[in-house]
Amino acid sequence: MSFDPAALRRQFPLLAGDARLHYLDNASTAQMPQAVLERLVSHETRTRANVQRGSYALAERASEAYAGARERARRFLNAARAEEVVFTSGTTASINIFAQAFGARLAPADEIVISAAEHHSNFVPWQLLRDRSGARLRMLPLTRDGRIDLARLADFVTARCRLIAITHCSNVTGALTDIAAVRRAARAVGARVLVDGAQAAQHGAVDVQALDVDAYAFSGHKCFGPNGVGVLWVRAELLETLPPAFAGGGMVARVSLEQTSFADPPTRFEAGTPPIAQAVGLGAALDWMMALPWVEIRAHEERLARRLLGALGEMEDVSILGPRDTQARLPIVAFNLRDVHPHDLAQVLGDYGLCLRGGHHCAQPLHAAFGLEASTRASFAPYNDDADVDALLEGLAAARRILR
Amino acid sequence: MSAQELYQEAIKALAAAGTGHGRLDAPDGRALLDNPLCGDRVEIEVKLSAGRIAALAHRVKGCLLCRAAAAAIGQRATGASAEEIERLAAQLAEMLERSGPPPAGWDSGWPELAAFAPVHGHRSRYGCVLLPFKSLLVALRAGSAGC
Repeated sequence: MSFDPAALRRQFPLLAGDARLHYLDNASTAQMPQAVLERLVSHETRTRANVQRGSYALAERASEAYAGARERARRFLNAARAEEVVFTSGTTASINIFAQAFGARLAPADEIVISAAEHHSNFVPWQLLRDRSGARLRMLPLTRDGRIDLARLADFVTARCRLIAITHCSNVTGALTDIAAVRRAARAVGARVLVDGAQAAQHGAVDVQALDVDAYAFSGHKCFGPNGVGVLWVRAELLETLPPAFAGGGMVARVSLEQTSFADPPTRFEAGTPPIAQAVGLGAALDWMMALPWVEIRAHEERLARRLLGALGEMEDVSILGPRDTQARLPIVAFNLRDVHPHDLAQVLGDYGLCLRGGHHCAQPLHAAFGLEASTRASFAPYNDDADVDALLEGLAAARRILR
Repeated sequence: MSAQELYQEAIKALAAAGTGHGRLDAPDGRALLDNPLCGDRVEIEVKLSAGRIAALAHRVKGCLLCRAAAAAIGQRATGASAEEIERLAAQLAEMLERSGPPPAGWDSGWPELAAFAPVHGHRSRYGCVLLPFKSLLVALRAGSAGC
């Protein structure tokens, strides 16, 4: 299957309808293709009912669609069993649910290891857990080129470590984490590994069995699906032992005045009516993704990132956060224009149809490690092309004129 | 509203002037506020005399709009009471959110604030303009509580 970014772009109504729009905020939210939009409308117009409860035909069809979405997520992750897939409202909820469930067993002497590169969603839940449990939170530092310093793993992952919660890819620098190295360090002390896959999952299917980690989280809206849905995958032998994080309908086996017994996973972790249409839409998005030629797409995305990194690297008034090459990174490029605040830069670029994020990107510890408050971030998806890079470089020239 | 109108010379001049930037010795009140959306940070210190601002200083880590708003405060706020600043901030918010008239102020007004009118319609930036005023109000309350 050959890859044509222009043809792919035509599948996205929002992009196809506006040639002047240069959408480079994919690390925040990716656009939705027509196939996903149609699946959402189709489900809501023909199959809308609650799931896993009713026995009438419409409810059965809705339950079937929901189960089908879970199976699609299983395939996308190459998980062993669909029961390992918990639907949540997004990566943030996935990590919080895991933190509550896993954290219920932590003792004050236990340690959790995170890194300075984490999104707040994989940072603050562990701070809250630390405050509740008395466990110690340890933070892997960054290397001088802005990667997580895995050479320091042995210093931070001690016999007291119970969990390493780490990003698969920084949402600021685009740097990929060597998960195998993290897993080895964790296994050596009997600790578990949770991977924040919010960014990585946007760039092709994940193989949790190959990664050999214990938990993986990602969001629908970054994977060309709807908002309000995400996935928490947890290895069955661990998930089955975890207590629920939230209580309510749908997650129980039996309730009485005296006590409640809980349903088996995954429903034990899906209290209340789940995001049904969103999960169905996510299933369609994952189907759409799995049909794409990712080897070619990754080469295309890498070429765009390399071109942008090269152009920015030649500008004496631009500084790039993190690695300046495309080795072990995804197409996310954060930078600063000297004497121009990222918020102002993003505002001016917006006038040129450029959608970039200026701010801390919910990664204040990472920015603090660079001695910064904020940055401007361009992030590529398969539908981006050279015209987007051209527009960004022209926009930077305009920003210099307007803001200085 | 285009970026050229948003970043007109008056705004850039205000930000560049940075009037009031610095620190005070032994301030009566101090506040440090963050904009959770973008990480802008404004620290303001005040000295009070008879319930009015006798002196103030600010330190801003933020965008051009935030720095310009802080500089406007540096130029005009001395002599004002907390109630007057609160009324002015409400008028400024009204101008930003509903395209209202520029704040009239309690005396001859703050003509600089009219330069922020083009921010109307850019909802994500209202907080940038208002953050120094919010910070000033917190500093004034802290100063009043301490007096």
